[in-house]
Amino acid sequence: MEFTKLTSSNLHNNANITRIMREVLLALIPGIAIYFYFFGWSILINISIAVLTALAAESIMLILRKRPVMPFLSDYSAVLTAVLLALALPSLAPWWLISIATLFAIIVAKHLYGGLGYNPFNPAMVGYVVVMISFPQHMTQWLLPNQDLSLMQTIALHFQNISLNGLPVDSITSATPIDSIKTGLSLDKTIADIRTSSIFGKIGGYGWEWIAGGFLLGGLWLVFRKLIGWQIPFSMLGSIAIIAGIFSLADPTHYASPLIHLFSGGTILAAFFIATDPVTASTTPAGRIIYAIGIGLFTYIIRTWGGFPDGIAFAVLLMNMAVPTIDYYTQPRVFGAADK
Amino acid sequence: MLTAIITISLLAAIFGGLLGYVAVKFHIEGDPVVDQIDALLPQTQCGQCSFPGCRPYAEAIARGEADINQCPPGGESTIVALADLLGLDAKPLNPENGTEDDTKTVVYIDEQVCIGCTLCIQACPVDAILGSAKQMHTVITDECTGCDLCIPPCPVECIHIIPVKQDIHTWKWPRPAPPIASPQTSAKAKV
Amino acid sequence: MMTPRKLWSFHGGLHLPGHKHVSTQHASGAAFIPERLILPLQQHIGEPAEPVVNIGDHVLGGQLIARASGYVSVPLHAPTSGIISDISEQKAPHPSNLKTHCIIIKPDGKDDWTELEAITHYQQLDPSALRNRIRDAGIVGLGGAGFPSFIKLNPGTRTVIDQLIINAAECEPYISCDDQLMREQPRDIIQGIQIMQHALQARHCIIGIEDNKPEAYSALENTLSELSISDIEIVQIPTIYPTGGEKQLIKVLTGKESPSHGLPLDIGVVCHNVATAASIFAAIQFGKPLISRMVTLTGDGINNPGNHHVLIGTPVDEWIQHNGGYHPAVQQLIMGGPMMGFNLETDQVPIIKTSNCLLALNSPENSPPAVPCIRCGACMDVCPAKLLPQQLYWQAFARDFDKVQDYNLFDCIECGCCSYVCPSQIPLVQYYRFAKTEIWAMERDKRKSDQARLRHEFRLERIEKEKQERAERMRKKKAALNASKSAASKDDGKKQAIEAALARVREKKKQNDSDIKNTNNLTAEQQKKISEIDARRKKSTEKPVDD
Repeated sequence: MEFTKLTSSNLHNNANITRIMREVLLALIPGIAIYFYFFGWSILINISIAVLTALAAESIMLILRKRPVMPFLSDYSAVLTAVLLALALPSLAPWWLISIATLFAIIVAKHLYGGLGYNPFNPAMVGYVVVMISFPQHMTQWLLPNQDLSLMQTIALHFQNISLNGLPVDSITSATPIDSIKTGLSLDKTIADIRTSSIFGKIGGYGWEWIAGGFLLGGLWLVFRKLIGWQIPFSMLGSIAIIAGIFSLADPTHYASPLIHLFSGGTILAAFFIATDPVTASTTPAGRIIYAIGIGLFTYIIRTWGGFPDGIAFAVLLMNMAVPTIDYYTQPRVFGAADK
Repeated sequence: MLTAIITISLLAAIFGGLLGYVAVKFHIEGDPVVDQIDALLPQTQCGQCSFPGCRPYAEAIARGEADINQCPPGGESTIVALADLLGLDAKPLNPENGTEDDTKTVVYIDEQVCIGCTLCIQACPVDAILGSAKQMHTVITDECTGCDLCIPPCPVECIHIIPVKQDIHTWKWPRPAPPIASPQTSAKAKV
Repeated sequence: MMTPRKLWSFHGGLHLPGHKHVSTQHASGAAFIPERLILPLQQHIGEPAEPVVNIGDHVLGGQLIARASGYVSVPLHAPTSGIISDISEQKAPHPSNLKTHCIIIKPDGKDDWTELEAITHYQQLDPSALRNRIRDAGIVGLGGAGFPSFIKLNPGTRTVIDQLIINAAECEPYISCDDQLMREQPRDIIQGIQIMQHALQARHCIIGIEDNKPEAYSALENTLSELSISDIEIVQIPTIYPTGGEKQLIKVLTGKESPSHGLPLDIGVVCHNVATAASIFAAIQFGKPLISRMVTLTGDGINNPGNHHVLIGTPVDEWIQHNGGYHPAVQQLIMGGPMMGFNLETDQVPIIKTSNCLLALNSPENSPPAVPCIRCGACMDVCPAKLLPQQLYWQAFARDFDKVQDYNLFDCIECGCCSYVCPSQIPLVQYYRFAKTEIWAMERDKRKSDQARLRHEFRLERIEKEKQERAERMRKKKAALNASKSAASKDDGKKQAIEAALARVREKKKQNDSDIKNTNNLTAEQQKKISEIDARRKKSTEKPVDD
């Protein structure tokens, strides 16, 4: 009896990329829900804009590169990039800014480098940095919490720049808590003074601390499900906490406490969802720890002494550059090899 | 301004001196590049590259007189290896020198026809033919490189090319089909 | 003897669905005599055996039909009586589907046996003589690799081996032949182990068995206590794939890691399969060579799955038909297990000494096409050899065979754990197999080309030497000639006389130069003849020449 030739006889579990990406998206839902609660429809509109742009860009690029569209479109990787980018960008950033960031992320950072699995730089962070540098003004339009805008009003705000009761957009936006710390310090205020502002809550930015909590929950769920390793989130958060702790203990008036750093800005989101992007992160266990510590340190340095309000995006891209070297020098000792 | 000029000149002098010293102290006798190139060539000694053997071809490459894509028995893997070694671009095999053939061949002398003229023995670059004048000639198959240089001189055309059979020990696992949407690399990938 | 023994663990590994019960429902079937027996001359690692029979010879069961050649080699014996019908190339049970040299026997059904030499008191035998008997019985490792067992029973320069480890793990899903053997023949196994201990002079022996085989465990346990054996210990180990890998098992039982470029012998450990122990017992106690083994026939593509004793050389198609045949929906036939086995394109191949399982499946693992690697590292988390499969994949994919060896490609045991978990569905093990065989082929080519270079350079030297020898000979000849010339000039007077005579002749010639007499005063008759000859000569030289 003859049998058809098959390539391999290996068994397989049910893991596939689509499932992984889907679960990561599900883990983002608590954080997005809380975001919606505090800041209204804006975030959902941004996510929609980003996702639609991403899917369109991905399809066009796959067709141009003569690759099959379906397995890649349905693997949710573009969707995930878009959602993370929308969460990182300011809530009132113009729709065209979000589109440009997404287009850059998908087309340049992902497909021009070879598509899924081949990009050395984190696509969401590349998109973020491009618009950060090109449109610095618009990147400060963060919606104030608890504005209670309806859906129609939010749409009007986003696409036609019409605000509530005819007031200009500026009256409902502000800088992020991290940003206000930076400006406050440069005006020689103390941390304690800055903390009294209404945009701060109990441990971090008002509203932001709850959102961070939501992402923390989702992130811990992913670690529990073994979809991401513990090394990157804990090393990154740990390194920020330690260095922030050292400086704030030494000089509490000029250096924000670790809690503020951890629960403001996109720190928790980055630690669990952005820095853990497997394609661009280090791939060895020890390497991942070094990679994440590097991101943490650079984030703190840029936030405290650098020119930009939030340093996560730059920190991630800098460490992406270092990944091949880190991987090379952190190979685990092979079974049976003598200890080096 | 002056300090800048002096500093640069001093640095140039120091590093120049260092380089010169190292070039003399660590100088290697002979031309290692030729040996390295020769180590990559298949040693068929067939002459298809238009040089009388692999070593002359290696020397020509080292002198820059020959291109790296002239060796059909070495094929693409040799061109890529030479390109890596010399920091040049890999290019396809020059069709003027021949075509790459994946099947390995050896030659076989038909003993019914052989007249013992020793012309093939004189032609074989690796002395893989055993025999002497008016005695039977035979090919030592294990040493035959498949260069086919013995075939033209034979006056009775008794030398035949036979392919080397693949057996379980020389069989290779095939390369799996590449993942969909992977970039098709040029010289390196042979899908 | 159940002592709570300390166990270690190895990195990675998987918990796989076992499917063992499919084939362990009833007692093992006896061997049957098929229509013909196809016996490859190479069923082991090392040099193939050399036939000592001819076509047409009648052979008895257990008779030597091929002798070992070289050190790493074992002989081959006839499984039953019959006629040697052919010695030729037949399809081998090998992933390449190529042919290999085989001896084919047509059994006569009588199963007459040759005289066997039993050894009842092996303890009195010198270990080296014992090893030779094991070799003469053609015994190889029955766990799948087929390494000649007698070599692994040689302690080498060490005089004492710390541990003999018996591999009763059988960790791959579906395979249960060792389990069945342990349940049915525990005494043979234990006594075989004792013989091995004597050959190795091993201090201590541990049998490592997975905890999913309670019946086999009890059978062996009871035998140990019945025979009051204290230096063999049986230990249950957690069921994780691939704990049956030699290096992993040694780590679990002893905590030691076998060196990656060495052998377990280097750390004082030797590991043998449990079925090998049983066949060694039969070889020494009864003088019976290795001519049959237990094989698992399983999978939903088989009507009556189970374990059977099979004569070595039985064609797979005959064996399956004899045992109930295929399920109508069968699609895939694997020799070996679902993780490390390979697909067979045809079932007209023989069962050989290293065949442990035939697995037939109705709905094969139809893997969707692979997508690019996302560097998630799931493969690295499960690799029992602590390698970086994702890096091995990238290098093998790029055909960078130097870098792939930097990442320790040859430490890969091809267990398949990485392919199992890869979310991109990349057939990782196939890439490593591809890289390994490419590297071996390149090394072979390099050896050949180095040899060719040496021969070529020697030839050039030889030609040069011959040239110089010829030049030397010429020089010598010339010198000899010059010497003889100068020797002649010694007789001066004679020379002068000759010179004088020569001078006279020259003088005469000068005077008579114009007096060439015979062409002067020619008659008319003579002149006419001369002109006719001239004309004829002219005509012939003008004749056109055919090209």
